[in-house]
Amino acid sequence: MSIPEGWETVIGLEVHTELLTNTKMFSAAPNHFGGEPNTNIDPVTLGLPGSLPVLNRKAVELAIRAGLALNCTVQRSIFARKNYFYPDMPKDYQISQFDLPINTEGWLELPGGKIIGIERAHLEEDTGKSTHMGSGGGRIHDAEYSLVDYNRAGVPLLEVVGKPDLRSAEEARQYVSELRSILMAVGASDGKMEEGSLRVDCNVSVRRVGDTEYGTRCEVKNVNSLRSLGRAVDYEAARQVELIENGERIRQETRHWNEDTGRTTTLRSKEEATDYRYFPEPDLVELDPDPAWIEQLRSELPVLPRELRAGLIERLDATPTQAALIVDRGLAGLVTDAFDTGGDASRLLTHAEHDLADERSGALAPAAFARLSAMERDGALTATQAKTVLADMVASGADPESIAATHGFEAMESNELESIVDRLIGEHPDDWAKFQAGENKVMGFFVGQVMKATGGNADGKAVSALLNAKRS
Amino acid sequence: MTATAVETAALVRAGERSAVDALEQSLAVIAAREPELHAFNLVLADEARAAAAAIDTRVAAGEDPGVLAGVPIALKDNMCTRGIPTTCSSRILDGWRPPYDATVVRLLADAGAVMVGKTNLDEFAMGSSTENSAFGPTRNPHDPARVPGGSSGGSAAAVASGMVPVSLGSDTGGSIRQPAALCGVVGVKPTYGLVSRYGLVAFASSLDQIGPFAATVADAALVLEAISGHDPADSTSIPEAAPDLLSRLDDGVSGLRVAVISELMAEGIAPDVAARVRAAADALAAAGATVEEVSIPAIAHGIGAYYILAPAEASSNLSRYDGVRFGLRVDAPTTPEMYDLTRTAGFGDEVKRRIMLGTFALSAGYYDAYYGTAQRVRTLIRGEFDAAYERFDLLLSPTSPTTAFPIGEKTDDPMTMYLNDVCTIPTNLAGHPAISVPYGVGDDGMPIGVQVLAPSLGEVTMFRAAAVLEATLLEATS
Repeated sequence: MSIPEGWETVIGLEVHTELLTNTKMFSAAPNHFGGEPNTNIDPVTLGLPGSLPVLNRKAVELAIRAGLALNCTVQRSIFARKNYFYPDMPKDYQISQFDLPINTEGWLELPGGKIIGIERAHLEEDTGKSTHMGSGGGRIHDAEYSLVDYNRAGVPLLEVVGKPDLRSAEEARQYVSELRSILMAVGASDGKMEEGSLRVDCNVSVRRVGDTEYGTRCEVKNVNSLRSLGRAVDYEAARQVELIENGERIRQETRHWNEDTGRTTTLRSKEEATDYRYFPEPDLVELDPDPAWIEQLRSELPVLPRELRAGLIERLDATPTQAALIVDRGLAGLVTDAFDTGGDASRLLTHAEHDLADERSGALAPAAFARLSAMERDGALTATQAKTVLADMVASGADPESIAATHGFEAMESNELESIVDRLIGEHPDDWAKFQAGENKVMGFFVGQVMKATGGNADGKAVSALLNAKRS
Repeated sequence: MTATAVETAALVRAGERSAVDALEQSLAVIAAREPELHAFNLVLADEARAAAAAIDTRVAAGEDPGVLAGVPIALKDNMCTRGIPTTCSSRILDGWRPPYDATVVRLLADAGAVMVGKTNLDEFAMGSSTENSAFGPTRNPHDPARVPGGSSGGSAAAVASGMVPVSLGSDTGGSIRQPAALCGVVGVKPTYGLVSRYGLVAFASSLDQIGPFAATVADAALVLEAISGHDPADSTSIPEAAPDLLSRLDDGVSGLRVAVISELMAEGIAPDVAARVRAAADALAAAGATVEEVSIPAIAHGIGAYYILAPAEASSNLSRYDGVRFGLRVDAPTTPEMYDLTRTAGFGDEVKRRIMLGTFALSAGYYDAYYGTAQRVRTLIRGEFDAAYERFDLLLSPTSPTTAFPIGEKTDDPMTMYLNDVCTIPTNLAGHPAISVPYGVGDDGMPIGVQVLAPSLGEVTMFRAAAVLEATLLEATS
């Protein structure tokens, strides 16, 4: 499903990411995924009477790093209580930031260059997880009983609220992908959407192309992958256009994305929305980071994805697609370092794009990767051989020279190659005549014969060049 | 007469009196008076005997168990004690035993004090008479037909009846000072942040503060020194170390500038109470202080602001009593119904009233008119106090507008009950310290307390004045 001609989708995303701290947002209980239910807990996590929150400095540091990387202003902030009753919320309020978030007014650049505004990026604590048992299909209202795991309760979250600057499902995907890369680059997040450490809520509205007012928006929850994000946005936009074209009005509401049916359904209307009764959290003092600390964190920021892509494009002549893919895989450093130690730019880029999907690729030694590309450029390895050697390098960590030797990949002397070609021309006079007459497809036949004769050790390009030279 | 904490600790540390002996004396008074007074929710005789014996063993081994060695102490039942029921005098905490000790409980144990029990209070510290307890009211030791004040009425009555020399209470709007005044003992509300709130079950977090009750000013100083100091587990704990109170206690008030707060000597204050405050002012003047009057007009809005802010925070703090994780649960077919039934059965009327007040005050569309205005009043009050403290070292006022009233007299009239806190609430809103010192009796023969107020961290000066008042009263009555 996608949006009909004449309509425009307007999307604003709220992305929650769990911060990579050792302990929870407000207590010394461990912060890590998995584990037996209700083991990463303490009195503060459980909201026991008399327990008090103490802010985790590392969480603040990661929030500031993320904020700076998103070009935000880091400001004096306060925590607030968001009050609502739910069993997986131990205190029946969530400590969040409301009026004064730690990061405000930033932006993010999509790979294509479009700038997307960031309204704020604030700190808050995660909830536990409920499992509703019985015949009700996993919903609390019909559950016979519910089980609650508080391991996740109190895990630090950064909520990044984007402005409604996105105009398509593709842009929304790019935005989340870029944000994820930035959060990973600054060490704030592990980016694992499948484990829920990165979660997306999307606000979607539609309007006729040319309109300047926004339409009524719906918030779509339960979007758990980049693929679902695209599907959910497209479905929701099409649903809204259909309603409007049928003369109906869009009701502002929260909707639930169902991955199996590929549809969104009403979760609650605006009228049913909870009054969260926000007020300043009296158990915490204001958070006013020392400007010197902020500047120190700014100076320690890593090179960000946008700059990494620009570097690959400008210095190695990468295509935008290659640059995006390589940065996304976290291989920009490897490729640039290999280039700086004498690697061949185009071969490094080609391998990084096609042959390094393996997670262990990041551990490759840049110098070894550089030597591999040089061996290939200099004709010591064919493209096919280089691929094989590279796979072995990733798997074993051995150097390219010894792997090539083990495989028996040795450079073929050009006079040896020429004698093989001459012999084959003699054995296939008819085909050679056709080739000389201009039937270029016969080239493939001869290249294949040479490969067969050399056990694949010949360089395909060199064979073609030799054949062309002999024809003229 | 029960030995003071200062005396007991000195004798126990010197090996001249056993902690067990001091405890048995305390338990004997409890056995005699508790059935009538109901100061305690729980008396921990066995645990206390074991603790006292351990103190004696340490002394025999040549160790020093600490500044409160062998001193029997009672704790208001809203401070968490590991493995020991902590009820807040509420049904909703039925069966709950905290898995941890409050910071003050740990500090008292480290100082060698012996905890004899947990005292009664108005449910969740909401009240001024200890009549709002799910376990029945505490009675005033001076007249069992009257209230002891509240919400820390059990801790006040325990000291006033000689059951223990010292106890701890919590003060959100006067809950230590007002019962201290009504029971004729010393009660201290320290500077906000001086004593850790970790493990104190929250009523209104920005106002709550733990402090001591004692029969003497020196005992109150001894206990406050032991429980003060920075606690990293409480983000609102201030960085300052515990104040040095005892060594300065006899420094006198010569040259100190004192002012009586005119707004708290006017309408609504009983004439016999006002007379005792004037007598206290005269005594301080005679001891070398200059005494004037000062006006702090914003005090008039104190009760209004307090009854927005405290219920607002309470409505949120008390959300966690939902039947899910601990305490009472009334089963129901669905979770929302379980919440309703549990909270309906578990909370008393006053707690429900304040949860509703606070929920309303924080509601969308009303927040700024109520909570916002109350915060501005709070800032105003703090500003006027700060201005007064530029001209004066200490302020003086009644602690309570009247002496102790009969049990049942005000239970049907919450507004009249709330007015009891008119003299004490401004201090909590400002975050400042104040002490109530017994200063004679009223026309009905019941105790009257005088309140000495000080600026933030002004405890040393405040205790010096309290010691002078205590001494002049002893002279006058001896």
